[in-house]
Amino acid sequence: MSKNKLFRRDVVKKLMTVRGDALCISGLGSPTWDLAAVDHRPENFYIWGGMGGAAPTGLGLALAQPDRAVWVLTGDGEQLMGVGSFSTIALQQPKNLAILVLDNEHYGETGMQAAPTGRGTDLAAMAAGAGIRNSMTVGDEAGLDELLALLKQGRFPLVAVIKIDITTGETVMPPRDGKFVKNTFRSAVLGPDKALYPR
Amino acid sequence: MSGDWSADAHSLFKQHDIRQVAYVPDAGLSGIIKASLADNDMQTVPLTTEEEGIAVAAGAWLGGQKCAVLMQSSGVGNTINMIASLTTTCAFPLFMIVTMRGDYGESNPWQMPMGRAVQPVLEAVGVRCLRADTTEAAAEAIQAGLMMSFHGGEAVAVLIGQKLIGAKAFSAPAAQDATGVQS
Repeated sequence: MSKNKLFRRDVVKKLMTVRGDALCISGLGSPTWDLAAVDHRPENFYIWGGMGGAAPTGLGLALAQPDRAVWVLTGDGEQLMGVGSFSTIALQQPKNLAILVLDNEHYGETGMQAAPTGRGTDLAAMAAGAGIRNSMTVGDEAGLDELLALLKQGRFPLVAVIKIDITTGETVMPPRDGKFVKNTFRSAVLGPDKALYPR
Repeated sequence: MSGDWSADAHSLFKQHDIRQVAYVPDAGLSGIIKASLADNDMQTVPLTTEEEGIAVAAGAWLGGQKCAVLMQSSGVGNTINMIASLTTTCAFPLFMIVTMRGDYGESNPWQMPMGRAVQPVLEAVGVRCLRADTTEAAAEAIQAGLMMSFHGGEAVAVLIGQKLIGAKAFSAPAAQDATGVQS
């Protein structure tokens, strides 16, 4: 294993510098702590469960809000559990959806067991094979800079698998009440009237 | 067979401003799927597995749209953790239409266990089940379910029985067993 792998918290910090007003969904575990630590805002929907559901949640949101960029920030294990969603997303070709996979090649929340992504499984190739043309693996700062350029240009749909170290950042927990997070997000995106009095 | 209730379902979707229809195909759903595909105001989202539909529906609601999720009863087994963890925890509205297998008149034993399990497992994760076995009952249940989910804030599944959609034939006159003998 390379000694110079990227540190996840630094990666997320750098990504968020070009976020603009993108809506963000985070997958359970460290991606949720990373997002809360780096860029906590009402336009974040933090997922604490539903493993495999981050990308399809992002798809439903992207289809409902075609004029907003939607970023899904998740881990390799979470994405592998919902890997068919690459195909589901490719079929729609949403022009506003990016899937950003923080790939530490391990199941970090359950005791750092080895994941298939460290033993030959190539998530970016799976995304490309599903039909998402802008699929790439990022392993260093130069690659990260290229990814930032694509995110800024909005070259979507896009899947970026970012290889990171197993080191985690300080655990920063967002609110864990799902109803609160949902209503906060909807109020920020739709306005409080439409969010709380849906017709 | 299934034509009338499918047309009713589509017009109820229009009335309730359903903008996304996520589905794994089933023969009994083909009418609604066809109508959704032909409707420019509805985005159809074919899924690789049913649990994706639960998440797509949650995402649609986050973005201010209503999504209906369609599946065959066997697919209900794939949705349980996503419903329990995402839908129920966050109190997302959820509206599903489930066409039954392993139900009235079924002759495939491999469908029977899930057919029996559909309602108890959905109820165990907080989904209300509205059962419909006639065209009229289906339209009523779909209307009721759309109100209960998107206005009442519930998770609802309308279960369309095989009495309405018909049982798939495995012992038709032309069917043969593995030895080539006509059954």
